[in-house]
Amino acid sequence: MNLSAIYTIWERELIRYWRDKIRIVTTLIQPLMFLAIFGTGLRSALASSSLGIDFLKFMYPGIIAMSVMGVAFFSTISTVWDREFGFLKEILVAPVSRTSIVLGKILGATTIAATQALLLLILAPIIGVSINLTVVPELFLFMLLLAFTISGMGLLIASLLKSLESFGLLMQLLVFPMFFLSGAFFPLTNVPGWMKLLSAINPLSYGVDALREMILRNQISQVEIAKIILRSPGANAMYLVFFSFILVSAAVVAFNRRN
Amino acid sequence: MNVIEVKKLTKKFDEITAVDGISFEVRKGEIFGFLGPNGAGKSTTISILATLLEPTSGGANINGFSVIADRNQIRKSIGLVFQDPSLDDRLTAEENLRFHARLYGVPMSEYKKRADEVLDLVELKDRRDDIVKTFSGGMKRRLEIARGLIHYPAVLFLDEPTLGLDPQTRAHLWEYILRLKREKEMTIFMTTHYMNEAEYCDRIAIIDRGKIVALDTPEALKKKIGGDIIRMQSGEKEKLAKEIKEKYDLDAKDSEGDMIQVEVENADTFMPRLFNELESKIESIEMRRPTLDDVFLSLTDRMIREEQASRKDAFRAQMRIRGRK
Repeated sequence: MNLSAIYTIWERELIRYWRDKIRIVTTLIQPLMFLAIFGTGLRSALASSSLGIDFLKFMYPGIIAMSVMGVAFFSTISTVWDREFGFLKEILVAPVSRTSIVLGKILGATTIAATQALLLLILAPIIGVSINLTVVPELFLFMLLLAFTISGMGLLIASLLKSLESFGLLMQLLVFPMFFLSGAFFPLTNVPGWMKLLSAINPLSYGVDALREMILRNQISQVEIAKIILRSPGANAMYLVFFSFILVSAAVVAFNRRN
Repeated sequence: MNVIEVKKLTKKFDEITAVDGISFEVRKGEIFGFLGPNGAGKSTTISILATLLEPTSGGANINGFSVIADRNQIRKSIGLVFQDPSLDDRLTAEENLRFHARLYGVPMSEYKKRADEVLDLVELKDRRDDIVKTFSGGMKRRLEIARGLIHYPAVLFLDEPTLGLDPQTRAHLWEYILRLKREKEMTIFMTTHYMNEAEYCDRIAIIDRGKIVALDTPEALKKKIGGDIIRMQSGEKEKLAKEIKEKYDLDAKDSEGDMIQVEVENADTFMPRLFNELESKIESIEMRRPTLDDVFLSLTDRMIREEQASRKDAFRAQMRIRGRK
């Protein structure tokens, strides 16, 4: 491992992100669309339900977690592209270890995804959620942890992916189910067993659960919140640490073997 | 002194032998050209020398280091300019150089001086803070060369450096490459399939089907051809070739389309004989001095040309054009 190499690759990811204003705007607009369309549409349909909270408020933390996943995933999976036609080749022939490259990439994607998620907190007043500033460091920590996990997963997949063509298939078979089974759109407290199982192996669901607890903690009563939350943030954190450890290690191994 | 020494290098992929026991040396300060059609083993050889692939057997030393045992030392000893663009076009020229310098462990105190030096060499000093995306194809290549030099490698590898560039830019790029050799005494190992560019090389190795079929200076290689080349176009070229063989005991070789060509000692006196004595129909005829193309044809019995491109290659070509614009 080589700290200067990790830093270099991390810095490159950040500069690229910062220069790509269109990408920043679109990744901010996408969650807004989800909230405006899904949120508003389902809110009126669900008005009489027993959710115990306004649907838009319920969905808001889930959308933040989804945005973390989208950005982290996209930033790492682009490695497939980079390997064939771009800058990755230049990095691969440099006298630095593969492990440094993987960590630089993952940390870059983590930083971007978590920062973007932090920005989404400015939407809170529009949705009618008041966020206590003291909870922000805690939130950011979770955003980082979730982003780190998903980045590990993205890079693992990028290293396993055989061709660019399989990319579309992957989006259909993995990303959308992960979104839908994350608990972002409906609580996972009262779903059939098979769905519970699939959610349990979905790292995103732990992020959604934790962010929801932290954002809504001071909005509704403890009783109400217990109805829509599965675990304490501490438990969610432990699961995410476990997932990130497995996924990032696997990404290191797969990337080393592939390249 | 030899900067690169390759001994009995072999690389097999399953059944296919991509590189078949090649040996050669590259001397300090020379431009060494590696010529051959697609699939001849050029890229595989470069990948092994750059430590991206491990040889099946045999080995190679660069700057005294082994490509098998001292991978990191090798990587520090070589500068690479790939066939496909590998700059980050969202970064500025200076950022591309700085990141490269950091990855190669160039001290930052030293870096500033070197960046000025290499940018000066490729005449991009006034564009150092511009985003690479705004660069022309030729400028991008020059920047890649500058980047490949910033860690002071012992040898610079250029893989098809002029591919996808227009003729004028190509000629211009060659000025920089030759200047590099002249002013920095840089050793350059390059592949190309533009035969006219191979003329700039001090020595050339011609590789075909994984084997080196010739290795010499361009002049010596051309001398081997003998005299002049006569090329004839004919609708009945098989018959024509047979007749030439019978009458003059010369082996006519297939050229492009319905052309055949023969090598003769003195075309000026031989051509009138052809006109008087041949029965087969000839539609057109031309005479010229031998070029490296002819050397290649006579050694390998085929033209150096792009073979059928796979889907990925076609896509890659498209990306290259986009990257170079």
